[in-house]
Amino acid sequence: MDVLTLRNVVKRYSNHIAVNDVSLNIPKGKIFGMLGPNGAGKTSLIRMITSITKADQGEIIIDGEPLNANHPTQIGYLPEERGLYKKMKVGEQLIYLARLKGLSQRQAKEKLNYWLEKFDITSWWDKKVGELSKGMQQKVQFIATVVHEPKLMILDEPFSGLDPINTNLIKDEIYEMNQKGTSIIFSTHRMEQVEQICEEIALINQGKIILEGNVDEIKNSYKDNKFEIEFDGKIPEDLLADSFTILEDSDKALVIQANEGHDSNELLKGLIDRGVQIRAYREILPTLNEIFIKKVGESNE
Amino acid sequence: MNSNISLIIGREYWTRVKSKTFLLTTFLAPIGIVFVYAVLGYLLTRGSDKQKNIAILDNAGIVSELAEAKNNLVLTLETKPLTELLEDYKEGKYDGIVELPALDIDDSKYSIIYHSDDPLALDEESTVRGLFRKDIRNFKVQAFGLDQNSLDKIDTDISLNPKTVKETEKEISNITTKVSSVLGGAVGMILFMVILIFGSQVMRGVNEEKINRIVEVLISSVKPLDLMIGKVLGIGLVGLTQFMIWGILLTVFSVIASSVFGLGSMETMGDMASNEGVKAVMENDEVKGTIMKVLKELASINWLLIIPLYFFYFIIGYLMYASLFAAVGAAAGDDINEAQALTTVVMLPLIAAFYIGMSAVSAPDSSVSVWSSIIPITAPVVMPIRLATDPPMWQIGLSVISCILFVVFLIWLAARIYRVGILMYGKKASFKELGKWIFYKG
Repeated sequence: MDVLTLRNVVKRYSNHIAVNDVSLNIPKGKIFGMLGPNGAGKTSLIRMITSITKADQGEIIIDGEPLNANHPTQIGYLPEERGLYKKMKVGEQLIYLARLKGLSQRQAKEKLNYWLEKFDITSWWDKKVGELSKGMQQKVQFIATVVHEPKLMILDEPFSGLDPINTNLIKDEIYEMNQKGTSIIFSTHRMEQVEQICEEIALINQGKIILEGNVDEIKNSYKDNKFEIEFDGKIPEDLLADSFTILEDSDKALVIQANEGHDSNELLKGLIDRGVQIRAYREILPTLNEIFIKKVGESNE
Repeated sequence: MNSNISLIIGREYWTRVKSKTFLLTTFLAPIGIVFVYAVLGYLLTRGSDKQKNIAILDNAGIVSELAEAKNNLVLTLETKPLTELLEDYKEGKYDGIVELPALDIDDSKYSIIYHSDDPLALDEESTVRGLFRKDIRNFKVQAFGLDQNSLDKIDTDISLNPKTVKETEKEISNITTKVSSVLGGAVGMILFMVILIFGSQVMRGVNEEKINRIVEVLISSVKPLDLMIGKVLGIGLVGLTQFMIWGILLTVFSVIASSVFGLGSMETMGDMASNEGVKAVMENDEVKGTIMKVLKELASINWLLIIPLYFFYFIIGYLMYASLFAAVGAAAGDDINEAQALTTVVMLPLIAAFYIGMSAVSAPDSSVSVWSSIIPITAPVVMPIRLATDPPMWQIGLSVISCILFVVFLIWLAARIYRVGILMYGKKASFKELGKWIFYKG
């Protein structure tokens, strides 16, 4: 079952098409990465899912139902552009935002107590948001996003502006929410975070999805037969011939690419047969960053 | 969804009502006004605390009989020369000497000298001047050899009394016109101020949410229209609350003030008036008569019709302009001052309505007044001004209907600009873009 299905979704603005015929399935209970360069259409897509704007064409289906007025209370949205009322107190503000998400005054108070205790910030209740530092405000905003226990959480660049300690804190919370069954869409252009956190991704460029799938599968399908070998002794020239190419050569390690029609087993066997002492062997998979740059470059052409 | 609107109204209302600015303007403003009146009243009546002995030196020979002492001034007609009187002053027998110099009957001006190191209080001064007005007049009448009787008949009091051609039960007097224009003017002024003050609060509130970027979180929970309406209504309620508190406070304070200071100063004013001679006393009677007539006029106004209509125009006028201001706040960029052009467009009809309204005070039945009290963009200010002058029912009806239709249209229009504008970060929108937004679907 998918938590979110997009079918041929289109969003046009006066001079350009922000989302161009996007179809996508986001499985339930996963952390899904939505990647793309600035201006790719991520925010436009998210705004349609969160009912902020309406799609010009296509269907948005959440948990089996077409998008309707009840869905906003089941979605938690942390926008890239963070925003809170500066002059309002933390407690009042969180209660207000939680109640707009359908919680009663009492429920909101209970849930918020839980979260403020968890983040060890109960003393902030009567502070005005404007008196808090940026990082502190981000924590408050994160609580506002999760307090109503949404089925689907959409986090747009959730770590921007956070120090490493708070980044880890929020990251742990995201994992915990996911463990409890919340589906998460994580939108960013920071590839290393996606690699760490997400199981599935979709890569968007110029309003279209140009790559989609499981992170490991994508990496495997983009691997280009590169290996790193550490060994004692000397590489026999005859083994390399035209089967393998040396990309990097340092004293004790080589980065080798297998040419068309050859594989790593052949290399290993050759080395062992020739009595080379192998100390370490590793396949080098492309990083998402490399795939991202390559694919975006291709699709822009 | 309705519960969301009430949540929004609640936030808009309570954050404002609990703010320091609201408490200051709501409670301190009337206290300040009352305080100023109290101080003024005290200063004006203070002079009469101590008895003052004043010598009158009549070098002109005009005083026949001294009027009674007023304002605690004890007057003595002296015949001693000034030098001796000044000795008396130094000894403390007198607090001051009023010297009446020789009178030139051809001069319409006359200066009296007051010898003292301690000047007279404001009310005392006018009492002293009033003392001799009648004497000087009589003196000049005799000197010119005029007939007092004919003279009294020269001054003619002219009044214009309108008389209806059509037969009506209600008699129109000139008092009617005056009462209704003062009433209309005051109501129009208040409406204009309310719309301007609270309308621009709506604009700033909307723009604040846009600059804060909190609007994105909000409209992922509620519909933009709900958010806009909630804000407009919440701030409108703040306005109503403030006016109600002002009304209560001013009533309470004026009751207290008039019992403590007011009556005292009223008496002295009455005394002053009667001191100005026979004519003034007559005027005083006339004043009393006028007050009675004004009260009668006020009682004859159809309050049961007018007060609900005042409320109607207050609400409609506020809704119209507040939703336009909300659209401006949404269309403005991160610096609201850049939105001057947009604000001006909204303000122009309001200011025009105010000026037309003020002219309608004196000419409630001119064609400009009539039409601008029916055309909805100006009607909320102009019609209330005309209401006290009993405009024909068809005009009121037409005005009410056109206002209702127009306010629905304006809210729709504003909401369309609003929902696009609040998500457009950065630069302010041009008029061309606004036009596009209105017809923009989705």
